[in-house]
Amino acid sequence: MTTPLLQVEDLHVWFDLAEGGELHAVQGIGLTLEPGGRLGLVGESGCGKTTTALAIMGLLPPSASAAGRVVLDGEDLLAGGEQTIRSHRWVDIAIVFQGAMNALNPVQTVGAQIVEALEVHDRASGSAAKLRAGELLESVGIPRQRSGRYPHELSGGMRQRAAIAMALSCEPKVLIADEPTTALDVMVQAQILDLLDALCREFGLALIMVTHDLPIVAQLCDRAAVMYAGRIAEQGPVDALYHDPQHPYTRLLFAATPDLDDLDGRVASIPGAPPRLDQPLDGCPFRPRCDSAFAKCAELPPLLELGEGREAACHLTGVTVT
Amino acid sequence: MSTSLLEVEDLVVRYPVARGIVGTATRRPQESVHAVDGVSFSIGAGEMVALVGESGCGKTSTAQAVMRLVDAESGAIRFEGRELSGLGNRTLRPLRRRLQMIYQDPYESLDPRLRVRQAVAESLVIHHLGGSKAEREARVREALARVELTPPDLFLDRYPHELSGGQRQRVAIAAALVLEPSLLVADEPVSMLDVSVRAGVLSLLDSLKRAGLAILMITHDLSTAARFADRIAVMYLGRIVEEGPAAEVVRSPQHPYTKALLSVVPRRDPRERRRGQVLRGETPDAVRIPSGCRFHPRCPVAIEACRTDEPALELTSAGHVAACLLA
Repeated sequence: MTTPLLQVEDLHVWFDLAEGGELHAVQGIGLTLEPGGRLGLVGESGCGKTTTALAIMGLLPPSASAAGRVVLDGEDLLAGGEQTIRSHRWVDIAIVFQGAMNALNPVQTVGAQIVEALEVHDRASGSAAKLRAGELLESVGIPRQRSGRYPHELSGGMRQRAAIAMALSCEPKVLIADEPTTALDVMVQAQILDLLDALCREFGLALIMVTHDLPIVAQLCDRAAVMYAGRIAEQGPVDALYHDPQHPYTRLLFAATPDLDDLDGRVASIPGAPPRLDQPLDGCPFRPRCDSAFAKCAELPPLLELGEGREAACHLTGVTVT
Repeated sequence: MSTSLLEVEDLVVRYPVARGIVGTATRRPQESVHAVDGVSFSIGAGEMVALVGESGCGKTSTAQAVMRLVDAESGAIRFEGRELSGLGNRTLRPLRRRLQMIYQDPYESLDPRLRVRQAVAESLVIHHLGGSKAEREARVREALARVELTPPDLFLDRYPHELSGGQRQRVAIAAALVLEPSLLVADEPVSMLDVSVRAGVLSLLDSLKRAGLAILMITHDLSTAARFADRIAVMYLGRIVEEGPAAEVVRSPQHPYTKALLSVVPRRDPRERRRGQVLRGETPDAVRIPSGCRFHPRCPVAIEACRTDEPALELTSAGHVAACLLA
C-alpha cells in the first residue's frame, strides 16, 4: 500500500453558538487520501462536509475550535496552529469554492490576482509571474489574452476556471473542490468536471470533492465518504458504495437520486430530518429516519472496518440488508 | 387540440438592453434580448410538462409570460379557453386564481413574519375567498393536509424559520393549492432542497398531477424531468428545439443539443462512466442570435446548410418533434 498523502484522524470541530452552548459539527472523522487519489465527501447540508474541508485548510472561522490530526506528508497541520498551516495552505493544499465570484477579487483582473498569488508565495515575480499566470489560465482553458478581464466580465464557468487556476498557482498536491459546479449549468458543469479530471491525470493532483451530488462523485472519484450528522456513515470505493451499500443511509441516498438510466425505478425521499448537533447524539443519528432500525440502534454504532478499504457505522453491517 | 388547458402559440418575449448614457446620446440603435423567440406548447389537465434548458434559454421567461408577470411582445397564451395577453388586471384576477406559481427558493418566497396559517390564508384573503374566518381556517387545514403537512395543528402556528426546506416548499404549494388552481407553474421547485427531501416534494407534485392538476415545471435537471414529467420540451436560446413524451425524448433524443445534454448528465452507477459529448464554449447571448440554426456554432454534427437554413420543429415520431435539418 502506498503511504497516504493526507490523513485526517479523529477530527472534531465545535462551533460556539451566540446563544451559548456548542454545536458539534464534526464528530471524530477519519479520511485517507492517497497521492493522486480522488475522494468524494458526500452528504446533505449540515452534515459537516464543508466544515471538514475548512478544517483541513485551517480556514475555520474564529467561533470554531478543532481537535484531531490532519497529517500531510507526515506533518500534523493542526498541531502548531496557524503557524504550521500557513506554510502549507495554498502551497500544498488549495481549495476552490462554490461561488467563484466570492473567491475572486472583483476590482482586480484575474491575471493580476494570479500574479499576486505567485508573488506572495515567492513562486515568481514581475514578467516571469505574468508569463506563469498566462500558462496557468491556459491550463484551465482560459485563453491568456483574457488575463486582463475582471471577474464580472467572465461567465460563471470561466470564473470557476479562473478560481481553479489561482488555486493551482503554487502547484499544490491536494485540491479541495467544495461544490465547484453547484451554481453552474449542466454543460458547464461537465466542462469543469472534465477539467478537474484532466488536472488530476496530468499533474497527479489529489482531489477531495465535497458535494451533495452522488452522481458527480460516482463519475469522478475513486473513493467516497458519506457523512451524516458530523460523522462518517460509510466510506469505501465508489463502486462498492453504489452496488453494495453497507449503511442504509447510503442506500437510501442513492435511491432518492433520480437517474436517467433508471426511468421506471422508484425515487423515494428519506422522511424526517437530520438531528440537531447542539445536543449529544442519542444512539445512531440516522435511527429516526432509517427503514431498518432496530433495538440496538439506541446505541451509537462504531465505525467498523470491513476490509478492502471499506468502513461503515451501522449495527446491521455484515448482516444482509434486503 | 382544443382540450388543452394552456395553449401557448408563437410566444415572443424581448427585453431591451440598456444603452447607457453614451449609447443613448449617440443614438446607438436599441438592441434587445430575444429571451423567448417563438415558443409553442400546450398542457392538458392532469399533465406535467417540463421546460428544460440551461440558464438564458428562456424557460423562466416563458413561465413568467404565462403568469403575465412579463408582457409578451407577440403570440397567444390561451388558458381555460381565454386569451390572456391583453387582459387588464381586473379581468385577469379571477383567472390568476386558477393559475398559480411556486418558486425555487422557499426561504425567499415565504414572508418570514407570517405563520403558516397566515401565509396560506393570505391567498384566500387577497382573492376575497373563503368567507368566514372558520371557513378559511378549514380550507387552510385542508390545503396543509393535501401537501402532507399532517396533522395541520403541528404546523399552523409555526414560522418559516421553524420549518425545514422541504416543509417550506410544501407550505408554498399549500398557499397555491388553497385557491384551487387548474395549472401550477413550478420554477425549479426542488433545486434548493436537500437530495433526501427532493423526491418527497416531487412525488407530492406527481400525486397532485394525478388528481387532475396541470403542472408546468421549469428545470435544468434532466434526470428529474425524465422521471416525473409526462412531456419534456428542451429549450435553446429562446426556442424549443425538441419536444415529446419524456421517456422518448430521453431514450431516443433527436436533436444534437438534447443528445449532448443527456450524455453529460452524471449517472449514479460508477460502472456507467462514459465520456459525454461535452460541448465547447457556452450558449451565445440572446442579443446576437446566430444565423440559420441557432445551435450550429456549437453543434458537433452541423453541415453547411445549418449556417443559413433555420430548421422548424418537424414530427419525428408520434407526438415527438425536433428542429434539426438532420433529424
